[in-house]
Amino acid sequence: MIQIAALTKRYGDFIAVDDVSFTAEPGRVTGFLGPNGAGKSTTLRTVVGLAEPTTGRATVLGRRYADLPNPGLEVGVLLDASAQHGGRTGRETLVLAQRTLGLPRTRVDEVLELVGLTRPEARRRVRDYSLGMRQRLGIATALLGDPAVLVLDEPANGLDPAGIRWMRDLLRSFADGGGTVLLSSHLLAEIEMIADDIVMIGNGRVVASGSKATLLSGATTLARADDADALGAALRAAGHDATPTGDGAVATDAGLAAAGRVAFAAGLPLTELRAADGSLEEMFLALTAGTQRDGATAQPTTGAAA
Amino acid sequence: MTAAGTTPAPPTSAAAARSSARVPFHRLLDVELRKTVDTRASAALLAGVAGTAALVVGALAVWGREDELGLAYLAGSVAYPLQLVVPMVAALAVTGEWTQRGALTTFALVPRRGRVVGAKAAAGLLVAVATSLFSFALSALGTAVGSATRGIDPVWDLSLDAAARLTLLLVVATAVGFAFAVVIRASAPTLVAYLLFMLILPPLSSMLAAVFDGYAAVAPWVDLSTTMSVLSGPSVAGEQWAQLGVATLVWVALPLVLGMRRLLRVEIR
Ligand SMILES: Nc1ncnc2c1ncn2[C@@H]1O[C@H](COP(=O)(O)OP(=O)(O)O)[C@@H](O)[C@H]1O
Ligand SMILES: [Mg+2]
Repeated sequence: MIQIAALTKRYGDFIAVDDVSFTAEPGRVTGFLGPNGAGKSTTLRTVVGLAEPTTGRATVLGRRYADLPNPGLEVGVLLDASAQHGGRTGRETLVLAQRTLGLPRTRVDEVLELVGLTRPEARRRVRDYSLGMRQRLGIATALLGDPAVLVLDEPANGLDPAGIRWMRDLLRSFADGGGTVLLSSHLLAEIEMIADDIVMIGNGRVVASGSKATLLSGATTLARADDADALGAALRAAGHDATPTGDGAVATDAGLAAAGRVAFAAGLPLTELRAADGSLEEMFLALTAGTQRDGATAQPTTGAAA
Repeated sequence: MTAAGTTPAPPTSAAAARSSARVPFHRLLDVELRKTVDTRASAALLAGVAGTAALVVGALAVWGREDELGLAYLAGSVAYPLQLVVPMVAALAVTGEWTQRGALTTFALVPRRGRVVGAKAAAGLLVAVATSLFSFALSALGTAVGSATRGIDPVWDLSLDAAARLTLLLVVATAVGFAFAVVIRASAPTLVAYLLFMLILPPLSSMLAAVFDGYAAVAPWVDLSTTMSVLSGPSVAGEQWAQLGVATLVWVALPLVLGMRRLLRVEIR
């Protein structure tokens, strides 16, 4: 499990990550979606202790990453597939990590097979690798220690469609085995294909979060009550999908009337009940447009907005 | 690439048990030593060090003045070129992490960055000491072969004391290169800074000393590149040890402290 709580990262006056909170649950693939420059990499760097947050905190498996004694055995990390020494062979890159972690030598061959790099490919130097091969090598490094958590920054970059499907299957079975996966992407289609939960970020702020089912259904209702957790539980008990938005409201696929009845039956006074407008795709397009036009800021208006 | 249809290893509870022990230092050292030979560039650098030593010893043994030929002379002569190249091995071990961006993986695996830097320092120390011993062996070979071919008696005049000082000289030089690397964290500028220290600082310092009387008095305390050369001389007096200690503080300890404070906190990207 990865918990990010009120994380803020400033570079001088510029706020790259602005009060970001979300949780990546075990058994699920959490997709961290946002246009280029949204703050995804900065957030992930903070999670694995390569950057200090200005305020807030992130924990992995209940601890700060830097406090994990041998983190490679608990968390697999791939932040930038091109950040590997070009002069080393693929195999040597893995051997260095294997020796650091104190694993048997045979583990290197196991992960090479897992990511589909052949022996002749593993003997080549990393500078001669395509981006797709580097992604596979980086994922091999991440999987080496048989971790319970994966943190992957844009791991599908450079993969062909078959490679993306391979990665989806790999992450799927990792999550099905109880693992936590947090991966980022700037492509909605990629996230739609791979993730169970989606956290959308724009200009450093989380603008939507929830299960893929809720967020992509488009026809969501936003309900707010003093006890949002109880409201979410009641909606789920009534057979609806319900996702906390992080600011005391719940996004649900229940209709307005149905949501109101559920709240009434549960004895929860609603403080807000309205139709959410705009689909995830529209929000994402607005965000992307916002980052492309100088100074224009995307104003998320959907019900799942946080 | 093969079409990998294999499933990944599922996370196991064994991981929790295994992971409670932190990475021991000897494993970090093992990895850092491995990094000094596992690329063509790093292997070539070490080969260059050995080649430089062999070339200098060989040339002096064959063409050097007969009356000077001896173990101490050869070992002392090869010391200076080694001071130019061996510190680069230690410096590149640090800067390479940034220049080649391996730091992203290295420090994700070992978030306590000080331990990684410590392992790199230990690896650099081992390389310096090993190179020094290697240069003594080469010098002995040069003395034996050179004397035999020229038909003179071999001179085995290197005392244990002198050998230890020559080794210390190489270690101090390596420490300077390492400290520069910790401060600068980029390969080319670090090598330039080190060469300036070795090649430009001594003449600059003596020129300043000739012009300013005030500087002449403090020069031996601050100009490490000149002061440390006394280590290759016949003996070192008490005050010279003190000067060496102070100058080392200035050129090694001070940059290391400042550089490490930054290195431990800087964002790795
Ligand atoms: N070290 C830094 N100094 C200044 N600005 C930075 C730094 N790192 C990232 N940024 C800025 O922070 C924002 C978020 O960057 P990043 O996290 O890389 O976004 P993403 O990964 O979502 O594309 C960008 O506008 C980027 O320019
Ligand atoms: Mg990024």
